[in-house]
Amino acid sequence: MIAIIDYNAGNISSVQNALKRLGYESILTRDKAELLKADKVILPGVGEASSAMTYLREYDLVDLIKDLRQPFLGICLGMQLMCKYSEEGDADCLGIFDADVKLFPPKENVPHMGWNDLSDLKGPLFEGIQANDDVYFVHSYWAELSSDTIAQCDYILPFSAALQKDNFYAVQFHPEKSADVGEKILKNFLAL
Amino acid sequence: MLKKRIIPCLDIKNGRTVKGVNFVDIQDAGDPVELAKQYVAQGADELVFLDINASVENRATLIDLVKEIAGEINIPFTVGGGINSLEAAAKLIKAGADKVSVNSSAVKNPELIKEIADKFGSQCVVAAIDTKLINDKWMVFVQGGRTITDLETINWAKQIEKLGAGEILLTSMNNDGTKSGFAIDITSEVTKAVNIPVIASGGAGTKEHFKQLFKTDISAGLAASIFHYGEMPIPELKNYLINENISIRK
Repeated sequence: MIAIIDYNAGNISSVQNALKRLGYESILTRDKAELLKADKVILPGVGEASSAMTYLREYDLVDLIKDLRQPFLGICLGMQLMCKYSEEGDADCLGIFDADVKLFPPKENVPHMGWNDLSDLKGPLFEGIQANDDVYFVHSYWAELSSDTIAQCDYILPFSAALQKDNFYAVQFHPEKSADVGEKILKNFLAL
Repeated sequence: MLKKRIIPCLDIKNGRTVKGVNFVDIQDAGDPVELAKQYVAQGADELVFLDINASVENRATLIDLVKEIAGEINIPFTVGGGINSLEAAAKLIKAGADKVSVNSSAVKNPELIKEIADKFGSQCVVAAIDTKLINDKWMVFVQGGRTITDLETINWAKQIEKLGAGEILLTSMNNDGTKSGFAIDITSEVTKAVNIPVIASGGAGTKEHFKQLFKTDISAGLAASIFHYGEMPIPELKNYLINENISIRK
């Protein structure tokens, strides 16, 4: 069973729909026992970092998430919450990845919205994905490049499009909205 | 590099597409879900569904349709038409719409943009503007272009951004339906005045029109009839633009 963490993180139906299209059922839950026994856990997220962290703390999920050992995938805000710190609402985050999250300087349109290409792909999440394949991004904050970076993107500046540490994977873009390329990435995660 | 977006728009009435379509392999040309899937397969970057017959009775039909679309397609889509309250927007977003587009209701009640953006994030809110050149001034029109307002387009665009809209969908009524090209002048002006993406709409007739549009800073182009009638298959358009060195998703 795939568990999607329920922490009031905006609309998660698109993630559930994408999993269903790939033939996987999922549950939306914040129940600790359910999360611990799930085969895979997904931390989705559309929203604001500091209030999202407040919810994770309120539901007592911070330590539980950090201690999970099954394949874990953060998406968009979910990825940013897995970093050390976010400028959005001056938020201390989960600290799984060694990277901070900052606001884009307003040199071009913010948010970074639309299809952009990936580069420097590493690891099983991107098996079968080519550098220059495009995925769909919507975000105003970006995660620094770090030793955990497994994919890069360039908009205004180079940033982490994906991060990985041990069983923790995360993507800044929306695989559930990234057509066939996104489906392949989700399939790769589900096959871990 | 961020890609320029090509966005087909589908007009919906009572849960069906209303303009004629000319795709092969679609048995039922009026089925928005089948049409949407075809566009996704062709490489559309996003889709817009516009309910042109928005009324209380039709809302339930629209919401069922949005649920079905969300289950079937794997690219972002916007739903617009008659969204006049936070509740109406919330229902569509919960049904699976990635973005909602507001137009006349936002002119009447600008706070609506802020309410939706605060609740669901700016990325959910597309502010649509219908504009027409009147006495050398680009003015904002509402109610499907029937009624002029006292708002100048540039000023309204700036206000929309401040209220929290994530994107502007700008339709030039002077160009709409003419197939004579996008209104690059006013769309560029709006693009320079705000720091959110602007989608150009109205006037697309040829591949060259998209090339002219995308040689500017404008980030997306929307069209309806040229795609529906199969006059311009999206793969052909994209190949042309790639050969012209425009940044396009393959």
